[in-house]
Amino acid sequence: MNARTALPVGLENLAQIWVYLSATPLFGLTLTLVAYVLADAIYQRTNKFPLANPVLIAVTLIISVLTISGTSYEAYFQGAQFVHFLLGTATVALAIPLARLWNELAERAIPLLVAMLAGATVSVVVAVGIARALDAPPAMVASLLPKSVTAPIAMGIAEQIGGSPTLAAVFALSTGIFGALIATPLLNALGIRDWSQRGFAVGVAAHGIGTARAYSVDPRAGAYASLGMGLHALLGALLLPWVAKVIFY
Amino acid sequence: MIQGVAILLVFQSLGEVASRFIHGVIPGPVIGLLLLLGFLVARGRIAPSIAKAADGLLAHLSIFFIPAAVGVMLYAATLAQSGAAWVLAIILSTVAAIATTALTLRALSPIESPSPPPPK
Repeated sequence: MNARTALPVGLENLAQIWVYLSATPLFGLTLTLVAYVLADAIYQRTNKFPLANPVLIAVTLIISVLTISGTSYEAYFQGAQFVHFLLGTATVALAIPLARLWNELAERAIPLLVAMLAGATVSVVVAVGIARALDAPPAMVASLLPKSVTAPIAMGIAEQIGGSPTLAAVFALSTGIFGALIATPLLNALGIRDWSQRGFAVGVAAHGIGTARAYSVDPRAGAYASLGMGLHALLGALLLPWVAKVIFY
Repeated sequence: MIQGVAILLVFQSLGEVASRFIHGVIPGPVIGLLLLLGFLVARGRIAPSIAKAADGLLAHLSIFFIPAAVGVMLYAATLAQSGAAWVLAIILSTVAAIATTALTLRALSPIESPSPPPPK
């Protein structure tokens, strides 16, 4: 018979259980939740230290488990898709903190819009400028251009302007994680103390993951971050394809 | 709570339908957010069930990004090959974008809001 039967009985059963579990959605779902619970515990334990970002820790844990166990991303996603699906619902839920602040936001509409446009412009100019200066291939430059816009929109924009949607998603997620890591020390260094200014800047530059960071620190920062992300998403979807035309032709 | 989740899902669905009409230029959830915001502002109050459902989801917003972010593993090789350019572009542009947005907003805000406790 084959090598498997040579295993002690207990291990044989364990191996079978593993084969079964890793093929069901239960595995990806459980792994995602357990990794997040661990990551969030570390984040809380370190007093929300920016480098202990829960997304970064959980993703590192999960990729390690998948690599060691030889599980494919597709198999993992079978279960993780349920969590992924709720990202859309959570995005809709961002309407609630915005509605709570509505009067204040309406009053500050113009400064907020101008600040968002300034940040978005600088993001595109610096990202494209550096990538070009370092001779990045054109498809990569086009995928970098929308990196500060929330991932689903960044993917659509990249596709329209000759980039790769998957690369765009990777760049957007990397931007979100890096923005969440750097925001607190950077804003402290700049002497920005107002929660609305801190949150809004993170939302504009680092979309959803930055917003999650802002929420975990202060509810007002979180509400302003979701506004920054939402404005950038809307105006990015409408304007960036035109901006790309100007830059690339 | 369940009632609130149902309302969020209804607006998410409306957003998906609207998104189809504009060929996906703006994703469904973003349109759903705007529709729900319009609804809440027009109504002038937020039902406790919606508030509870939304606050529950937003308290752990980070978890919803994990499945997509794990997908980075599929592109590890491609990204490693062309390392420095995209890493530097992302680092410097993100720093510049945060700084520009925050400084612009501060410059345009006439009154400094009461100082929050010094952020960590």
